[in-house]
Amino acid sequence: MISRREFGLTTAFGFSLASAQAAVRELKISRTTQSRSVCPYCAVGCSVIVHSLGDKARNVRSSVVHIEGDTDSPVNRGTLCSKGISLKQFVNSDRRLTRPLYRAPGAQEWQAISWEQAYEKMARAIKTSRDQGFVEQDAQGRTVNRLENIVMMGGCTDTNEINYLISKFRFGLGLLPYENQSRL
Amino acid sequence: MTQTVVKLIDTTLCIGCKACEVACQEWNDQEFTLGTFGGTYQTMPDLAPNFWNLIKFNERETDGGLSWLMSKYQCMHCGDPGCLRACPAPGAIVQAKNGIVDFVSDHCIGCGYCITGCPFDVPRLLPESKKVYKCTLCSDRVAVGLEPACIKSCPTNCLTFGERTEMLRVAETRAGVLKQDGHAQAGVYNPVGVGGTNVLYVLKDASDPAAYGLPADPTIPLSVRLWKGPVKWLGTMLFAGGVLGSFFHYLKFGPKEEEAPEE
Repeated sequence: MISRREFGLTTAFGFSLASAQAAVRELKISRTTQSRSVCPYCAVGCSVIVHSLGDKARNVRSSVVHIEGDTDSPVNRGTLCSKGISLKQFVNSDRRLTRPLYRAPGAQEWQAISWEQAYEKMARAIKTSRDQGFVEQDAQGRTVNRLENIVMMGGCTDTNEINYLISKFRFGLGLLPYENQSRL
Repeated sequence: MTQTVVKLIDTTLCIGCKACEVACQEWNDQEFTLGTFGGTYQTMPDLAPNFWNLIKFNERETDGGLSWLMSKYQCMHCGDPGCLRACPAPGAIVQAKNGIVDFVSDHCIGCGYCITGCPFDVPRLLPESKKVYKCTLCSDRVAVGLEPACIKSCPTNCLTFGERTEMLRVAETRAGVLKQDGHAQAGVYNPVGVGGTNVLYVLKDASDPAAYGLPADPTIPLSVRLWKGPVKWLGTMLFAGGVLGSFFHYLKFGPKEEEAPEE
């Protein structure tokens, strides 16, 4: 309540806008879907929370509106570096690669191919190499069933679930050479 | 009772990674404007209407070579804000009970008086919108119990956030540790000239804040203190006196009669 004296003194024209003062602006992540992920940059492997707008309804395309550190992660406990904190731009970049590209041997241009074509090419390449390099028995005649001419690289930001699948895939091929950036 | 919130910047722990700068830009959805390279590691030479938080890489020559004095340059959220004292538009600058000094763009008239009133030279005018912008201490996040974006991102624990008396105690403790470690001049930057700031610094050399780009003894200019106090009332009274005078003149002498043209 404003007193008569204050009313006269503080307002030269006899009205005050004090009651019309706006509240703080709305929290932009108050209605977002939170998804946990891992920062794709360095080997530290900070966890991030991806805030996206859109309730996953059938006719709605969600969009990432904010990314910040995950306080539950023992790695970074909510903090991020200048690269990690700008991940929103990485996700929303118009230059981000979202479909497979293929460069034929000797060609200079990349051409867009479908995922089916990409799987087909990768499977064919793996099959050809495996047929050439699969070792059933070693020099002493012992059965080893190993694949020696393909190397697998893991990523530092792979989750447990991805690593489980990678291992399954790897053992299925009999593939032994395996390296991971997180061991650097 | 609302607690006063404080951002504590321990400049001795800053590694200049600029995560807080990017976190500020991201949270406030501000696009980065390319600047010019000035021969330092600083992102930008100065604050801008769309750039509210700058890590200054202050270089100081010492006996043994060069010393990098990191400092975080943003709104200080003063206890007695010069911008608020200078602002003529009601509601354009508000000081919340938790100590945050916030600009409400809807009420800003773009006069730029707050720029004159600020002893730290923080507010920046955007000519396109004719509004002034600065750090909000993420008032939207603090209102729901989150820490400001810069504080959350800081990987070295250089930035911390909390209640004022608690943070003052933490700052003094840290300064005491620094003194024991051989930095005899270590101290807390909390200038009294502006009623204390809700952004506190722990400085390795508190005897020379200017080396960090901080004013040694910031005060609100006298003209700013005067103009909305006595000068404004005086002006209002003169204006009202003029109106009243005309009114009584009218009562006493009546309207000015058109003299009849002489024949």
